[in-house]
Amino acid sequence: MKRQMTGAKMVVQALKDQGVDVVFGYPGGAVLPIYDEIFLQNDIRHVLVRHEQGAVHAAEGYARSTGKPGVVLVTSGPGATNAVTGLTDALLDSIPIVVLTGQVPTFMIGSDAFQEADTVGITRSCTKHNWLVKDTEKLSGTIHEAFHVAKSGRPGPVLVDIPKDVQFANGTYVEPKKVEVSHYQPQTKGDMDAIVELVEAIESAKKPIFYTGGGVINSGPAASQLLRELVEATGFPITSTLMGLGAYPASGDSWLGMLGMHGLYEANMAMHDCDLMINVGARFDDRITGRLDAFSPKSKKAHIDIDPSSINKVIRIDIPIVGDVGHVLEDLLKVWKSRGRKTNKEALIGWWKQIDSWKEIDCLKFKQEGKIIKPQYALSRLEELTKGHDRYVCTEVGQHQMWAAQYLGFEDPNRWMTSGGLGTMGYGMPASIGIQMAHPDSLVINVAGEASWLMNMQEMGTAVQFRLPVKQFILNNERLGMVRQWQELLHGERYSQSWSEALPDFVKLAEAFGAKGIRCDDPDDLDDAIMEMINYDGPVIFDCLVEKHENCFPMIPSGEPHNKMLLGDANTQDAIGNSGAVLV
Amino acid sequence: MAALHIKKGSTKHSAYNLRPNFSDTKERHTLAVMVDNEPGVLARVIGLFSGRGYNIESLTVAEVDHMGHHSRITIVTEGTPQVIEQIKAQLGRIVPVHGVHDLTVEGATVERELALVKVASSGDKRVEALRLADIFRANAVDSTLESFVFQITGTPEKIDAFVDLMRPLGLVEVARTGVAALSRGI
Repeated sequence: MKRQMTGAKMVVQALKDQGVDVVFGYPGGAVLPIYDEIFLQNDIRHVLVRHEQGAVHAAEGYARSTGKPGVVLVTSGPGATNAVTGLTDALLDSIPIVVLTGQVPTFMIGSDAFQEADTVGITRSCTKHNWLVKDTEKLSGTIHEAFHVAKSGRPGPVLVDIPKDVQFANGTYVEPKKVEVSHYQPQTKGDMDAIVELVEAIESAKKPIFYTGGGVINSGPAASQLLRELVEATGFPITSTLMGLGAYPASGDSWLGMLGMHGLYEANMAMHDCDLMINVGARFDDRITGRLDAFSPKSKKAHIDIDPSSINKVIRIDIPIVGDVGHVLEDLLKVWKSRGRKTNKEALIGWWKQIDSWKEIDCLKFKQEGKIIKPQYALSRLEELTKGHDRYVCTEVGQHQMWAAQYLGFEDPNRWMTSGGLGTMGYGMPASIGIQMAHPDSLVINVAGEASWLMNMQEMGTAVQFRLPVKQFILNNERLGMVRQWQELLHGERYSQSWSEALPDFVKLAEAFGAKGIRCDDPDDLDDAIMEMINYDGPVIFDCLVEKHENCFPMIPSGEPHNKMLLGDANTQDAIGNSGAVLV
Repeated sequence: MAALHIKKGSTKHSAYNLRPNFSDTKERHTLAVMVDNEPGVLARVIGLFSGRGYNIESLTVAEVDHMGHHSRITIVTEGTPQVIEQIKAQLGRIVPVHGVHDLTVEGATVERELALVKVASSGDKRVEALRLADIFRANAVDSTLESFVFQITGTPEKIDAFVDLMRPLGLVEVARTGVAALSRGI
């Protein structure tokens, strides 16, 4: 049955038919008809953010913690431009989100109208795809296609720009099933010959390693399950990028910890010395590889990725497999089992012996002495006191983010949300709102630095209004810690603009928002304070005053390979050469 | 997977035929990109080249199927083999792109460009321009007592040669279409 309705009603109907239960947004002139329709229904909850950037990060948190696309609704002009950072963030981390923007009426487009911006032009390079809908007849089909594109293949952000007259006009609503099948159908099954080649490599490898990434999380929980089965069955060591944490449990026997610039010593050394590297859904980011010409020089490299452009982009691949991680791992396991589950067991014993000797370095060790809280200690206690909980963790960007990745353990996928590719300070506070909306009864913690947190602190208002008990765990060193660390290592300890002179009193700030504030500056009080935060039924700002000049180690200095890691303050003199200094 | 020249259902080749060593020498490739003719599609293709730092030597675009609203974009680009492969894979990711064909590696091709060349001169120079145009099979499509506009079709190299010859004979201005290309045979 064909249904006639206004464009505004179509938007809400299309969202319902796509299974959307929550929308993050901010109203304005060009989306008022859609907000009117939202007012007239109860199926979709609308979360009113305080800034459009917050809406997009909240949708990212929602998407990453559920596997479903996050949805954002904002107005034209400034509403759309404020969404640009979040869109770029979602593009780099492959997060499926659908952003709907209002636009000035079609007959005013191009006239420099009030709150007019060339939204599809501005967002073309920070979305997977975007559409300007000039005809109400095409609106519902376009929204369904937008969801399809956001979720298919390598997920990503999409944007649909809807002029106000298109929202008012009548048209025919088309249901998702009736929409013409999109030609956009990325390949999900891997090439069988390449999979067999990888199985042969697995059977004979002497020093293999799994290097996994966000693609495993994006592929869905089944992919994580298959990965676990494969790792357990082969006994190969496994490391992961920042984005892939939780795909394999941190408590698992084969877990080496995160790799990369601030990854664990054993993980990076194993990457450097391995003879078979099996990349599962990761993309050889520059934070992972370090110096390219010295990256894992002796290994045969296999790469499983759904995006053909990721393969051979920066690293030469010997066994490329284009496909969805879940599908490829299923086929890989099938073939490997049918050929007798062979591995080079003798060599593996020696390889693990070598890895265990690297582990003995204990690269994350620290000493909590005196009356000043070490950030590593704060996160170790947070881990200890929350690990049994139904817990979701997100972060801002900087030292605290790396410490969180190092000292917190993730047992399941979709439990760890962080801005990896773009490194967006201000991501975590709104992301925690999106996560808590999706998981109202879970413990949601945003591990933050005070500088990042201030970037989107207005969203505390959202948390209080919607009674979202998000815990803002701020490691407060009164510094832009990572900037300060690089200035120490690279710029002769000239700390240009990297400390905060006039920080707010975070406890009073919490109270001003109607939330709870807790301050802790004594290691002896820390456990009690963390318990108070966990047990409080409502949003909390936890101001944890930590050591101001702590550096984040281990660290691969820029321009160096994996086996040239810095382990601590003792050996950082002139650690970064001139060629490394130009890198970011 | 059109960008990677792999026939549908083929298991003979690996999904990505990039086994040979990458060389550092730059190559010139002609790519045919089949796209939906929707607003902004050309901006997406051009934005990809500028955003990722690739070169465009020539670009032509026109709708070739008015019923299906499909356009064919012909791009001549230059880069190392690795960059060329990246360009093809990146083009293949764009949602309204249906297929990417690297005509340079897919066998023999016909490449043609059209140019309009205005020459103003008199006396011997005018006669010589007309004689050379005849040799190059260029047609005079406009004429005054002081000038010609020649229409010439051919490879970019042929057009370059003709334009160079016209320079001392009173060349005024040149308009070129960029390369259109098809593979030979079926």
